[in-house]
Amino acid sequence: MEPLSWPMIFAKMAVQFWPVWAALVATVVLSLQFRRRLGLYGKLFDSTVGMTGFVIVMFWVFTAIFADMIITYDPIAQLSGLKNALPGTPVEGTGQWYLLGGDHLARDVFSRVVMGARRVLTIAPAATVIAFMVGITLGLPAGYFGGRLDTGLSFIANLVLAFPVILLFYLLVTPEIRSTGVPIALAAVLFLFPVIFVSVLLNSRFFTTPAKRNLYVGVSLAIGLWAYSGLAFNADPTGIWSMDPNLLNVFVSVVFVNAPTVFRIVRGIVMDLKSRDYVAAGQTRGEGAWYIMLWEILPNARGPLIVDFCLRIGYTTILLGTLGFFGLGVSPESPDWGSTIDDGRRLLSIYPHPAVVPALALMSLVLGLNLLADGLREESMRD
Amino acid sequence: MTDWDPSKPILEIENLSISFFTRAREIPAVMDFSCTVMPGESMGLVGESGCGKSTVALAVMRDLGKNGRIVSGSIRFKGRDLTHMTEEELRHIRGSEIAMIYQEPMASLNPAMRVGDQLAEVPMIHQGMNRADALKLARQIIADVRLPDPDRILRAYPHQLSGGQQQRIVIAMALMAKPALLILDEPTTALDVTVEAGIVDLVKDLGTKYGTSMLFISHNLGLILDVCDRLCVMYSGEAVETGNVIEVFDKMRHPYTQALFRSIPLPGADKNSSPLIAIPGNFPLPHERPKGCNFGPRCDYFRDGLCNAGDIPMAPVPDHDRHATRCLRWKDIDWDAPPKVGKVTEKLPRGRLVLKMEDLKKYYAVSAGAFGGGAEKVVKANESLSFEAHENETLAIVGESGCGKSTFAKVLMGLETATSGSIMLFDENVQDTPIQARNTDTVSKLQMVFQNPFDTLNPSMTVGRQIIRALEIFQKGTSDADRSDMMLNLLDMVKLPRAFAERMPRQLSGGQKQRVGIARAFAGGAKVVVADEPVSALDVSVQAAVTDLLMDIQRENHTTLLFISHDLSIVRYLSDRVMVMYLGHVVELGTTDQVFAPPYHPYTEALLSAVPIADTRVKKRRIVLEGDIPSAMNPPPGCPFQTRCRWKPKVPGNLCDTVLPPVQVLAGGHQIKCHLSREELAGMEPVISIAAD
Amino acid sequence: MLPFLLRRVGVMILTALTLSFVVFSLTNLAPNLEKLARTEGSVRMSDEAVDSWIINNGHGGLMITRYGQWLGVVPGWTRTDDKGVTRGRCIQGAVTAEDAPRFCGILQGDWGTSTVFREPVAKTVTDKLASTGWLMLWVMLVMVPVSLIIGVMSGMREGSRTDRVLSTFAIATTATPEYVSGVILVVIFASATTGISPILAEWGWISGRTLFLGTATSAIDQITFWNFALPVMTIALYGIGYIARMTRASMTEVMTQQYIRTARLKGVAFHQVIVKHALRNALIAPFTVIMLQFPWLLNGVVIVETLFNYKGFGWTLVQAAGNNDIQLLLACSVVAVFVVLVTQLISDVGYVFLNPRIRLS
Repeated sequence: MEPLSWPMIFAKMAVQFWPVWAALVATVVLSLQFRRRLGLYGKLFDSTVGMTGFVIVMFWVFTAIFADMIITYDPIAQLSGLKNALPGTPVEGTGQWYLLGGDHLARDVFSRVVMGARRVLTIAPAATVIAFMVGITLGLPAGYFGGRLDTGLSFIANLVLAFPVILLFYLLVTPEIRSTGVPIALAAVLFLFPVIFVSVLLNSRFFTTPAKRNLYVGVSLAIGLWAYSGLAFNADPTGIWSMDPNLLNVFVSVVFVNAPTVFRIVRGIVMDLKSRDYVAAGQTRGEGAWYIMLWEILPNARGPLIVDFCLRIGYTTILLGTLGFFGLGVSPESPDWGSTIDDGRRLLSIYPHPAVVPALALMSLVLGLNLLADGLREESMRD
Repeated sequence: MTDWDPSKPILEIENLSISFFTRAREIPAVMDFSCTVMPGESMGLVGESGCGKSTVALAVMRDLGKNGRIVSGSIRFKGRDLTHMTEEELRHIRGSEIAMIYQEPMASLNPAMRVGDQLAEVPMIHQGMNRADALKLARQIIADVRLPDPDRILRAYPHQLSGGQQQRIVIAMALMAKPALLILDEPTTALDVTVEAGIVDLVKDLGTKYGTSMLFISHNLGLILDVCDRLCVMYSGEAVETGNVIEVFDKMRHPYTQALFRSIPLPGADKNSSPLIAIPGNFPLPHERPKGCNFGPRCDYFRDGLCNAGDIPMAPVPDHDRHATRCLRWKDIDWDAPPKVGKVTEKLPRGRLVLKMEDLKKYYAVSAGAFGGGAEKVVKANESLSFEAHENETLAIVGESGCGKSTFAKVLMGLETATSGSIMLFDENVQDTPIQARNTDTVSKLQMVFQNPFDTLNPSMTVGRQIIRALEIFQKGTSDADRSDMMLNLLDMVKLPRAFAERMPRQLSGGQKQRVGIARAFAGGAKVVVADEPVSALDVSVQAAVTDLLMDIQRENHTTLLFISHDLSIVRYLSDRVMVMYLGHVVELGTTDQVFAPPYHPYTEALLSAVPIADTRVKKRRIVLEGDIPSAMNPPPGCPFQTRCRWKPKVPGNLCDTVLPPVQVLAGGHQIKCHLSREELAGMEPVISIAAD
Repeated sequence: MLPFLLRRVGVMILTALTLSFVVFSLTNLAPNLEKLARTEGSVRMSDEAVDSWIINNGHGGLMITRYGQWLGVVPGWTRTDDKGVTRGRCIQGAVTAEDAPRFCGILQGDWGTSTVFREPVAKTVTDKLASTGWLMLWVMLVMVPVSLIIGVMSGMREGSRTDRVLSTFAIATTATPEYVSGVILVVIFASATTGISPILAEWGWISGRTLFLGTATSAIDQITFWNFALPVMTIALYGIGYIARMTRASMTEVMTQQYIRTARLKGVAFHQVIVKHALRNALIAPFTVIMLQFPWLLNGVVIVETLFNYKGFGWTLVQAAGNNDIQLLLACSVVAVFVVLVTQLISDVGYVFLNPRIRLS
């Protein structure tokens, strides 16, 4: 078989991505149809920038979801003779190609990048969500009460922020530290915040009707603590919630790096919003502090927080890539983009494709997230 | 500019239409607007927010922003059409021929530039003056706007000056090039009344001194009467009536102007015998204007098929001085007919004692300096406050910024605890009980209505949900369905449609939001309601309706209303007793009649004189206070008012400088905190007199 | 102003102590020491031997006392073994037990010895810092003016075509981390097989095989445009986008302020409005951002020095971490944290200084 020409490679790839196209078209058509009823999400489609970003992000989201249908080869299978194969090289005897060539271990670059999307798009948003929960749960009282609590928490946040990220990773993400149990301790602290957050959120709202409160808080505590035991201590008897120690280490470190920034943002917004009259109205009718923070202030901080959430997923993706680039914490088999770039850069000036493809993938995802955030910011500022 | 003859109008706006263009549609902001300003004349533009008066001013400056565009019409300044000028030509006119003064003095000065440089810039650009001469001129103009110590001010940054001083600087900047036309856009709205009076005086004097023509934009009819020769009333993008100030005030020929005057509290209005008449309905949104007369749907004289048939032109009123009205029926209307009197109500008897404050003090410790260093300072926000309030009574608390009225509200509500003194609420001592420690019953009985309608409701919760939450927290109702019914009843009570329960606050107008705020405050059957300037941010026509609503609910529930305000007109209209505060002290306390008639506390006297009243019959003695309100951080020794008091020489020795005056109790329990002797007090003359009709 | 400064410095010292203790603890964890024992002693040591090696070399005892010794506020350890030879923290080289100083921590200027480079840590760090200093200098020289110009140009007329083009560029660069832009730049400009170099070589415009050099190793000895441009651009690009967006945001906000309208309606020409009225106010925020960029710049330095094999501070940090060189890693961390804290201080003080509203109140 002949090697494929570039137009043919793109054509083949486009065909391979068909579930993504289908899902994208469906999403965009439906959203455009109902955009007037969809609030801020709907308004996003009024802005070219935001819509471009949204489409790029959704492209990768759908790629992650349908990765199994898109890949052409097992991302960790090594086929002999295809080491550093150029894009479009045929695989003998199968009638198939290595669409984007092979890497230095003769694995299919195309399939690895597609599978990498799945990995990146599960870790980055999840880590960002946890970081937000931590940042919000601590930032709200710091901004609302001020005083010593604020001074103390801000000092701790500034400590973490004064660490150059890369240094923190070199100290926190190492096999040695894993054996000391530091990551598990960190996870035990950090993963507790979502449980606290949800319980307090529901309790403050429903404490006036105890029956409802008991049900909601009980259910969320049960699920929360179940997941908590599995994720932080790997002690879930059913085995549904568990995390590989390598991954836990990486995950916890990324949360740890992001949470202080979220804390600062939330604190700043709360300090601004707490002087509003509706907050005073809540206080004068005797609402609890947590109700005011979580139900009166937080919903009104959602604009800047959603924007930052998008930016932060991008930032987390970059951080994960950095970790991969330095070979920290992730297993060598992992198809995640950072490690793939690291693998590829050794022969960069001779065989650029194994590094360039994941680099472009990562760049486009982060670009998409940034554009989306920009669009959201612009739209949320209008009226 | 040579071909312009000083007998011609200096500014001539003809059939001006301005639109703003958004992504979705074109929104007309001003339609078919015409007006003429003669040299030396001052023209008032009056109307409610959103009527387009500021847009007209910006159009004259040709500064409508990216989205705004002049669609048709012309603006001729000294005979030259501004609408066709290039940027470069405009630049030569701006600042040198036409200057503008804005609402927010702090925002209109560059925070990073010294005042002197900002002033000197004007002649340096327009007359090519060198910097030294320009600064010399600046110094002279600063003296002209009556600012003390011009040399220090030249070197100061804007934030080092007080609000009143900043506004004087803005005025000085506008006068640097001796412009022919001065545009003032609500120049005193952000200032306190006593400071406002000084600025208004200054503007009038300077106008005469330099012969400058003025375009004075304001929502305050009293101010217009004070400052202007002619005025133009605007409604929803159109000029509805224009003419000589006296004629328009006394012989108005447009139903909107008439309705506007009937909805503002003038001397003589009374909440029981002659209540205000609110304008029904709402201001139309720019893209939802009705066909024909914009005021039609709210007009008493509306006639179907005539008023909503087509565009209505301005019609001149004969035998009047350039008086015109945009009304088709002005000849049919009997303008002298007395207003249909609204429901007259009986004054409710004063009930039992519900609130008693004794010698309440609230001090704050603040760290001096921005960097947290330095010694701690004590701010005495409230100093020995004593008063009582009864059921059915409206007690007004009057004062300007920094007088401690908001702190007082916070302490009463339990958001802060008092430093010393006692507060008796019903039969309970609450001075040391923060709100968290009060029981639900106490909390629900004492509620508050807030000032800013845009802030009072949580923007991300439906109206119904916010009221239901109040019911939940006050433990009203037994089930969700029950509370939902109660919520709908509350909406009925504040005269809002039940459909509003599902709306978000942003879909409501300012007045409607304020109504929801009132409903929420009364959700727990409040007995004492603190209303912190509940109507000051609303348009005049809406103010009357919201005030009426408050009064109605008070009558039904036998509520005690503590009405905090700086607006003496509304206070006079609705309150039974008045407490005047200055720098944390109660300086005067008495019934409304006692406070509004001599003997006055010197501060009350100045305050009464400063409030502009939109009534040509009213004659006022002009008392302008020197200087600004001292900072609460650094109050003067002795009497708090001594720095600005005109009666100080009448007090022997340096009593005012050293000793805090005692409270003198005069006839009828009227209390005045002043060193003046009883004879001096008795000899005071009224500030306001109403000329006989 | 002075009390403010003293307080800031106080907080900074407290932060530095806390952070250095954290770093000390994290680098002196038991597994790290064990690894150190096996590399310094012998790989086949028994567990007991490892333990005694650790204790004999002063790595036993409480973390806080060891930290105190390292810092130089607790007397250095000494231990006399069975043979009567006294060894100790401060007894090294020609110094004998008798005339050894009591304290020998970083406060006394003793940073220990690097196990990788076999030389005093202080020397390694200063050498490498100097190399990185050059890199940072060039990055700053490129990054700051370019980003400010882009930010101001796009912010002064929001929504214009210039704004759209520049903003898109800025967003694109912030979306491209150093390890991505580095890879792409090398592929385009410094690869013998792809990008523009083969074409240029074919046309005979360049004498070598590639236009730029793919490594910056030679820049340690002599910096040239061809060996330094790519690393500098790689670091600068990411920062340019970020700072430009901050500047733009600040500039657009200032342009909507009333005082800009005042200036415009005073008859000030547009370029004068920008230069005299807007810039001063608009540049306060980016100044802080530029200073706070340093932690991230350090990140870029580590990545770029690794990618381009430039043996500077970042490269040293990677070597120290990868080879369990505890003393060196500690020193690198302390220097890094110190740089960050100092820039934060400068940023705070500068902010106050630039903003008369705060300075004079």
